[in-house]
Amino acid sequence: MRIVIRNGRVINPKTKFDAVTDIYVADGKIVSLSNNPVEFIADQEIDASGKTIFPGIIDMCARLREPGFEYKATIASETAAAASAGITTLCCPPDTVPVTDNASVVEMIRYRAQQSRNARVLSIGALTRGLEGNQISEMVALKEVGAVAVSNALKPVKNTLVMRRAMEYACSHDLTVFLFAEDPWLKGTACAHEGAISTRMGLEGIPEIAETIAVARDLALIEQTGVRAHFCHLSTAKAIRMIARARFDGLPVSADVSAHQLHLTDMELGEFDALYHVRPPLRSIRDRDGLRVGLKEGSVQVICSDHQPHDVDAKTGPFNATAPGISALETLLPLTMRLVNDKVLGLSQAIACLTCEPAKILGLDLGSLEEGATADICIYDPKHVWSFNQESIQSDGLNSPFLGWEFEGRVTHTLFEGSLVYQLDDA
Amino acid sequence: MSYRHNLQLTADKKLRHFLTIEGLPRAVLTEVLDTAESFSSVADQAVKKVPILRGKTIVNLFFENSTRTRTTFELAAKRLSADVLNLNVSVSATSKGESLLDTLSNLEAMQSDMFVVRHNKSGAAQFIAQNAPAHISVINAGDGCHAHPTQAMLDMFTIRRHFEDFYPLKVAIVGDILHSRVARSQIHALTTLGANEVRVIAPKTLIPTDIQTMGVHVFHDLKRGLEDVDVVIILRLQKERMDGAFLPSEKEYFHTYGLTQEKLAFAKPDAIVMHPGPINRGVEIESIVADGPRSLILKQVTNGIAVRMAIMSMAMGSYSAAREET
Repeated sequence: MRIVIRNGRVINPKTKFDAVTDIYVADGKIVSLSNNPVEFIADQEIDASGKTIFPGIIDMCARLREPGFEYKATIASETAAAASAGITTLCCPPDTVPVTDNASVVEMIRYRAQQSRNARVLSIGALTRGLEGNQISEMVALKEVGAVAVSNALKPVKNTLVMRRAMEYACSHDLTVFLFAEDPWLKGTACAHEGAISTRMGLEGIPEIAETIAVARDLALIEQTGVRAHFCHLSTAKAIRMIARARFDGLPVSADVSAHQLHLTDMELGEFDALYHVRPPLRSIRDRDGLRVGLKEGSVQVICSDHQPHDVDAKTGPFNATAPGISALETLLPLTMRLVNDKVLGLSQAIACLTCEPAKILGLDLGSLEEGATADICIYDPKHVWSFNQESIQSDGLNSPFLGWEFEGRVTHTLFEGSLVYQLDDA
Repeated sequence: MSYRHNLQLTADKKLRHFLTIEGLPRAVLTEVLDTAESFSSVADQAVKKVPILRGKTIVNLFFENSTRTRTTFELAAKRLSADVLNLNVSVSATSKGESLLDTLSNLEAMQSDMFVVRHNKSGAAQFIAQNAPAHISVINAGDGCHAHPTQAMLDMFTIRRHFEDFYPLKVAIVGDILHSRVARSQIHALTTLGANEVRVIAPKTLIPTDIQTMGVHVFHDLKRGLEDVDVVIILRLQKERMDGAFLPSEKEYFHTYGLTQEKLAFAKPDAIVMHPGPINRGVEIESIVADGPRSLILKQVTNGIAVRMAIMSMAMGSYSAAREET
């Protein structure tokens, strides 16, 4: 299949390329930007005049619910939703059932993704067996079948000695450790940011220090062990400052935030609406602004979706009786682009947070539009105004607080390994 | 679900549900107190009943055990001539895996008109009000640590009967503010009704973060906190607070925050003492104070019936009125 994409504004943050040009795709690769290669006869031509073209998005944290929770969503349903949102690579945390702590689960996930052919699905292997925090997992076996990193998902390792050993072992085998910073004691059974709002609502609060104490502990362990580490979906301004300082000191750390944390705060909780129940919790306006500054200044490199599709029952009930999480694949790009409109990020920087930055952290040769690169391409109409609602949502999880929001700019085509996997109906 | 309309009020600002004091206009709170005043004489009649809610069915839906609150709601409903159904769901349905919504649908099928709800999760009453059919009024009889608005209103009623006016009053609430839905509702009621000052007194472990934003002053020392105070509200201390590292022992709590005659002397000479009950003698209050002349604790219980009658009839009344209009 040979495709030519004509006259789009190509933005490739990795090479600092930004110009109107044509892209020639053949056999899953980009063969040329600009010049028509000799004897190139396109099977398909896409007119991208007025549109923006950038690399396919790499989402560092998306739960596709398979294996184990197929009643919530499946790899087939969620990769299709990803394709419609310009996402071509998804990283799945290991808290599947069974846990992704052995090679067969990684292979099974990859097999299912290959069957659906909508996007690349990569596994993050378990750091400890069964995520139980007692015994380190067979990380080498996980790495050999393609796990891109190891993490303990949403179950922070309580035992500091186990954490140290796990980091040392990961470091020995050149694996990046993904960390979720949450002190289990300070978090307890709470579900909302500790502050004026949780006090008013009588909801048990998760204090800021639940995150900062965990970050402090893990930074000390990173310094001790020398492991490369990535902090996932941080939520507090203070934690971002700690990461900035650690990076300044030369520690091999990176960080991401989830897109919803950059827009929502605990002010949304006033009506006990379970759609706003997320973990880490929506925090204060000051924290949201701190996350934005962190992105702008580069102490946070990546925006992820932290996609967690749920069945309706999981979100029906009094606030703290519901499951945390947002169905977020389809709002990852729109919410990131809002930051450009809000003058928080430049366009190229915003795209970098979704493409070449995650590729760098994951050690993947993806996220760039250049000759010879894998043809994962997103074509985006910056002028298309649309409403994200029950009709337009593709994910099996309908649990999004953004339903009803209007966005400017929409994905019109997605190419995954050179094949057109999504095309907007009226595009 | 939006903030723009208040779920508790009808379009013409009449009470529809009674879920939390927060956001209710002062006029509605005053109307509750005035209506309760008119009902308080019912108890003195030979036949302690008025026919206001005849033919209505009220369901006491208790997901958490409570004898006293449920009994006063039951009495209040019966004095309004309503039919009452008591459901103790904590031990029946939900333990069998039935969801909250399933329980509700079953009750709807029984054609009830009002749910009186107690639940251990904050926001449960609001959730039920949002999911119940339009003709059902929901009264919150306590949800998690969020709100217990009828208790707060009976406390306000008790205060107003004693002092008549809220403006000059300094009120201190003593005890486990962190876990107290009663305290939260009292604070909202007192600030809405215009009390001069509201104080909360407890160690930091039992004071929720940023409570000042609710318009209260925080004290950690009981004697200093009681200085110049007109109303002392003592909260019940749950025994399980000793487990979560909130407090070292009941003995030390009584020593530091237990209300004794000696400590009460720091308040104004005519200060009154209240407690939502049931009291732990010798833990948060000593018997001589609880049973003493300045204690209004038993009056609170009596007033609870009239206040709940007022709230039920108001919530049901606005519904009937709304139905007649359509």
